[in-house]
Parts: sequence; C-alpha cells; structure tokens
Amino acid sequence: MTHAEREYLEKWIDIITEAAAGYGLDCYPTHFEVVPDYVIYELGSYSLPARFSHWTFGRDYHRQKTSYEYGMSKIYEIVFNTDPCQAFLMDSNSMLSHKFVVAHVLGHNDFFKNNVYFEHTDRRMIEKVRLHSNRIHKYEEEFGPLVVEEFLDSVLSIEEHFDTGLTAQFRRKTPEEYEADRLRGDQKPATEYDDLWDIAEGDDPPEPPKGRKFPPEPEKDLLGFLRDYAPELEKWQRDIINMIREEMIYFIPQMRTKIMNEGWASFWHERIMTNLELTPEEHIEFRKLHSSVLSPGSKMSINPYYVGYNIFRDIERRWNGEGDPELPEEDWRGERLQRPTGEGMKKIFDVRRDEADTSFLRKYLTQGLIKQLDMYTYKKEEVNGEDLWVVQDTDWRKVRDSLLEGMTNFGIPMIYVEDADYDRHGELLLVHAYDGKPLDADYTARTLKYIHSLWKRPVHLQTQRDDQTIHFRHDGETFTETEL
Amino acid sequence: MQRFSLSTDTCDLHRRAERDRKRHNDKVKEIIKENLGGIISQQDIITADKGKIVKIPVRGLELPRIRFDNDERERVGQGGGGTKQGDVLGRAPQEGEGAGKQAGQEAGVDFYEAELTLEELTDLVFEDLHLPNLEDRGVKQIMSEHAEFNSITKRGIASNLDRKRTLLEAYKRNAREGKPGWNIKNEDRRYKSWEVVTEPQRNAVIFAMRDVSGSMGEFEAYICRSFYFWMLRFLRKKYSNAEIVFITCHTEAKEVDEHSFFALGDSGGTRMSEAYRLAMHIIEQRYNPREWNIYPFLFSDGYNWGDSECVDLMRSLVDICNLVGYGEIANDIWSQSPHFAPLGQAYEEAFADEKRVCLVKINNKEDVWPALKAFFSKHPELQEVS
Repeated sequence: MTHAEREYLEKWIDIITEAAAGYGLDCYPTHFEVVPDYVIYELGSYSLPARFSHWTFGRDYHRQKTSYEYGMSKIYEIVFNTDPCQAFLMDSNSMLSHKFVVAHVLGHNDFFKNNVYFEHTDRRMIEKVRLHSNRIHKYEEEFGPLVVEEFLDSVLSIEEHFDTGLTAQFRRKTPEEYEADRLRGDQKPATEYDDLWDIAEGDDPPEPPKGRKFPPEPEKDLLGFLRDYAPELEKWQRDIINMIREEMIYFIPQMRTKIMNEGWASFWHERIMTNLELTPEEHIEFRKLHSSVLSPGSKMSINPYYVGYNIFRDIERRWNGEGDPELPEEDWRGERLQRPTGEGMKKIFDVRRDEADTSFLRKYLTQGLIKQLDMYTYKKEEVNGEDLWVVQDTDWRKVRDSLLEGMTNFGIPMIYVEDADYDRHGELLLVHAYDGKPLDADYTARTLKYIHSLWKRPVHLQTQRDDQTIHFRHDGETFTETEL
Repeated sequence: MQRFSLSTDTCDLHRRAERDRKRHNDKVKEIIKENLGGIISQQDIITADKGKIVKIPVRGLELPRIRFDNDERERVGQGGGGTKQGDVLGRAPQEGEGAGKQAGQEAGVDFYEAELTLEELTDLVFEDLHLPNLEDRGVKQIMSEHAEFNSITKRGIASNLDRKRTLLEAYKRNAREGKPGWNIKNEDRRYKSWEVVTEPQRNAVIFAMRDVSGSMGEFEAYICRSFYFWMLRFLRKKYSNAEIVFITCHTEAKEVDEHSFFALGDSGGTRMSEAYRLAMHIIEQRYNPREWNIYPFLFSDGYNWGDSECVDLMRSLVDICNLVGYGEIANDIWSQSPHFAPLGQAYEEAFADEKRVCLVKINNKEDVWPALKAFFSKHPELQEVS
C-alpha cells in the first residue's frame, strides 16, 4: 500500500468511525491491519491469531485458501473480540471494499462490546492463546510432536463437550465438595456466607450417604471432568485439556450469536455506506458487494448474514410503525403485536443487547419473513431407489421450530458423565440425553476410541434409537453395540 | 481517546499455517500409502496419461465427533424464492461416495478428496522401494542426481524461511548492538537452501519375464501388466539407467520389446524353464555377473511342464543374481487355497532357506502392491502375500 493510499484509507476510516458513532454504535477502539491474503486465511482457519498448531487448522487453511485461489470464495475481513478490537483487511481489496469492511467491522465491534452474552469474555484472549501455543510447543519439544499431536486429536474430538452454561467465574467442585453439598441436601446457592446457614440451622445430623456414585450428579462438562478425574493423565496432558476448554469457552458467545452478529454488522455496513458520499461507480460496486454477501443460502443451509440482516430490518420497520397490512403480525405466542411508532432504532439496539440467536429467532422470525426468505425444512427420502433431499414443510411454525431444534446445544448431542466407576471397574459411563435424534454410530465409535485414550479404561455410552436403549462400549481395541 | 489505528506493514514471521498445511498433506499421503494396494491396481490409473490428476477419496481426515445421524435428521434450508413442499433439492451422496472439497460440512459425507498427479502418486508408491542387495559391480558407473536441503542463505523465498536461525541471528545481532532482545531486521533472515547431490549408481539389469500361455486368462494378464507397469515406472524413476530385458514365454521363450511385452497373451502350453534358459543365455552374452546386479522376475499361473527343470535353472540363477523373484497369479482352486500351485510349491520346497529367492502369491488386484513391496524392499526375505 502506497503512502497516499494509506492516508486515503486512514481518512475514510475516520469518516466511517465518526458516522458509526453518530448512529449510536458504541465501539472499542479498533486496530485495523492491512495484510496479505495468506494472513487472512491463516487467521480465518485458526479463529484467533497465534493459536496452537494442529493439522486440522492446516487442513482448513488449505481448503479456504484453495477455494479463494480458484475464485470460489473470499474472506473480506476478520475481526476479533478483543479490547482494542482487532480487525484485518485483505490487501488486495479495492478501496471501496475497505470502506465496506470497515463499516461492517464496526458493527461487530459494537456487538462484542454490548451484547450481554459477551459480558464475561476475556478481551485479552489473544495474549492467552499465544501463551497456550507456546506451552503446547514446549510440550512438543519435551514429549515429541507426534505424542502431543495424538493427544490433541483426542481432546479436539470432544472439544464441544464442556458446560456451555459456564461463565468465567465458574469453578469446579472437588469430590469432597460434591459430597458435602449432597449431604447438605438443600438447593441453596453456595456463597461465602454458607457457613452462616449452618450456624442458623443448628447441627442436624446429615443423611447417610446413599452409595458412592461419582459424579453424584450427571456432569455435562466432559472436558473439565477428564481434566480433573481421568486417572492416568500426566500434568501436561491435563494442562492441554484445560487450555482447549478455555479457548472453547471463549468461543461460546460467538457460536451463540452467529446470526445476530452477522445480521447486525450487515445492517450497519448498509446503513453507513448508503449515507456516505460515494461516487456513482463506488455505489454500484458497493451494491454488488452487498448483494453477494447477502444472498440466500446454499439450499441445504441458511445464510446467517442474510437471515440476521433481514430480521433486524424487519424489526426496525415494524417498530417504526411501518407494518405490512397484508401479513399477519403475531408475536411468538401468536398474539397480535401492538404497533409502536418511531421506536425502530431504539428497539434494534435493545435486541442486539439482550438476545442470543435462539431467542432472537423465536421472537422475531415472523411468518412474513420465513416466506420472504424462502425457508423450509428438508430431509433425506428414498425415491425410486435413489436418496434425495426433499423439502418437507414450508409452514412457518414448523420451519422456525425445526431451526431452533437444530440449534439446541449448538446442534451437538448433549452428553453427560454418569458414572466414573462403572461396573465397579473404574470404567467411564456416559449418557446421551436423547431427544428423538439418534446418534451416528460410526462417528460415535471413533470418538469413543479417543475418549478411551484419555480415560485409559473402557468407555460406555448409553443412547436410544427408536425407543430402544443402545449401549455402546469401546475398550480401545473393539467397539460393541448392544440393545438393552 | 484514539478511536482507531491502522497498520499496513505487518511483519509475518508467524507462519504456522504453512507448517500445519504440510502436516495435513503428509497425513493425507500416509493414508493414501496405507491404501496403495487398492489404488494402484485400478485400471484407470494404469492407463492414465502423464500429468493426469488422480482423485482419491480419503477418509479419516476429519476428527470424529459424537454427532447426530444426518440421514435421520430434518434440517432447515433456504432457496431463492417459491420453494414448495415436495421439491427435490438434490441427490444425497451414497455411502462411500466422495463429494468434493467441502465434504464434511455437507450432509452425511465425511470424505476428503485428495488430488494427486500421477507423478506424485508414483513418488508415493516408490518412496520405500529399492533394488534389493544392490552391490558395487563393474566399472560402468551411472550417476544419479537429487536435491538436498543442506545449506543456509541470506536470500530466499518466504516458504523456505528458517525461523530458528533467523531468531538466532537476530538475537546475536541485538546482543552485539548492546540491547539484548528479539527485534528482527531484514538482515537477520536466513533461508534454507538446497544443493544438487550427485551419487554414483550401480549397474543393474532386470529381466521381466511373463507367462503368455493359453491358461493365462484376462485376469492373470491384467495382474502381470499391472505389476510390470509399476515396476517400469519405478525403475525409470529411481534407477534411470538400469537396463530391462523383456521375455515372454509359452513353450518357447522370446526376447521382445516393451510394446509387445505388454500386448495380450498367446496360446499353447507352458514351459517356463525356457524363459530361464533364455535369461541365462542373455546373461552369458551381455551381462557379466561380476559387473552387473541382476534381477530376474517371472510371473506365471503355476501350471507348467517340467517343474524340476525350472528349479535347477533357478538354482543356477540364484548363484549369479542379487534376487530372483517369482510371482504366482492364483486362478481356479489356487485362489481359495493358502498354498502355491505346483510350480510355486516346487520353488518353496527347494528354496526354503534361500534369502535371494522371493516368492509371492497374488490372489487379487489388491495384492499387486504387496508383491512390489516384497520384491523391492531393502532386505528381502522369503515372503508370502496374503
């Protein structure tokens, strides 16, 4: 980038930042960095700069970059939830693309800073993952890269299984604390004043223990559980589990608000760009770019940018009192909405602060929008001996419910640690909270093998298929499936 | 407060993606190598043109997860407008079917399709193959060349940047300048570089012998061609100056050119001893065993007249050759049996303790690869395939 180009871009970032503030966007300071394509794709595939090294990131990098080189897809921008907010722009972008991306980034920035689900995220996560990466590298030197890689493979295959309800303040209970809580037998929250309750209630004799099952309650935090209780792991291995778990916790708010976050950023890049003083050529280029980002999904999925953007636009319109008389407008209970007027802007800022994708869709993905956005449910069906993807339903309630259903627990099966001394042999029993969707037995078998390599003793998983209880077992060598 | 900052000249020493990409590619290759048996015996690969891209579906490059059965699941999609109930969105991929690069993110498919040129595949196939027991013989030294990363330069391309040395140089310079630290300047950068290493090659001659009698059907001929196809590629790649003698045999043996060698079979009876006799004759005429490393290979279905004669001739070959190979392509009852057909059995009895004889039985297409490995491993021992 020449000196003149740099000055030009700087001037425009200033104009756009000023415009964003004028609309009420409340951002962290932003650090923009103009980088070559390979840096963008590296950042995109590792999700954070300087994250630890693993072949799965290399694979994603390869796929994304190849796809870009063949002109099939392009990442315009990467932005990280940090304070100051870090944003990366691809150096081959045109000046107009840069302006577009800057406006989009400021939307994300405001969202990171103000959405309630981001309240507890670690804004210095980049520093933290750099330290993680250094430690993992040190372990590679000490124990051998292949040993560490194999261990990472195992941990990464279950990286989604921690307690997604966690906040940064969460602390695990030790077995003794569990036992003490259980014996106390009440539902009172554990606080530093707990001992006062004990004084107040006197010395009632505790109930005798009813067996020694551990964990006493089913434990959803599989990663945390293995870190603390897997019997034969070494210290560095527990450290790696902990690092991966911390990184996953950091990503949770972003997983939770994908549609809103992209919708919000798209809403603002359009609002800001439309009102900038652009040349006619730039306006045309902007419109092209805008419609390439905001187009329907791939038939088999939805485009979160497109859906989120349209919902925010719809909310603004409706709360400004510009309802469409042809479409019934009901809230999620089916009650007719009161039409406010002139509150559109206030309303969308409230929504961006208070909601996550699930509540956002449940409340604001209306009948009219589902029709306008041409959303439907589909499923695999056999037709004349051929397996086809066939549209099942376009009824708005069914589509919305199916969409939300698929987002339960981020679309990941919910797994609990049920018993760490199963069969009194120190084997691990996991239970799948079955909700009508059967597991992929083949994938599950391969994952159980990895869990076995962490637990080092046979691992069991109970699930269901069509009302039949299924018991999977992996002992490191063989996988068995039994119907109970 | 400053609301933004802009930088346009990022230093990029942190290029872990290239390293991880390479690690991923290596893993792809590992998996392909494990499955070479199935891959290299495919007709379309053997008949492929030079430079052709071979697509190989590879499984296992996704980490497994506990996930839902996609076939059973209902999901939500989005069209361009007017989609109705019952519309067909597309064909679902079948079991074992690759679905391009984005596999894994699409429904029900977890195949990664690796793309290799035929040359890359050949390199993989040959990586661990060698002419066994190769010795220094004779004066007609042949040179072979290859590149070795063994030096360091101050200029180079980014992908060859040697990070460790760069950091070391930076550290030394900073120390020299009296401000210890890791501040890196352009002058500190060091790049890996290579040199072309020339190595003397030894003289070698390979006898490719093939049974073309009437009992050699289409399958047997295919196995034979498939084996020799890869053997030739391997020899020309790694031992570019090795000489190859082609011999076909039914009741008579003939020295032929490469083209007729690969043409379809003949008819009539079988006397494999004639092939050995011709090979012996050619050795006496052209390849003095003191100067040449000699490797005769014969492929037959094991139905033969005069097995004891073959054993005797093979014994005299063993005395002068580095390795004598016999590949038996099992047909009829022999493909169901763990044993060799009569000719193979005769060899097995006669050469049980002879390390210079390598006997291989081939039951199906997938056995071609183990046969290659058996013949061209560095320290051959008596092996039986499958």
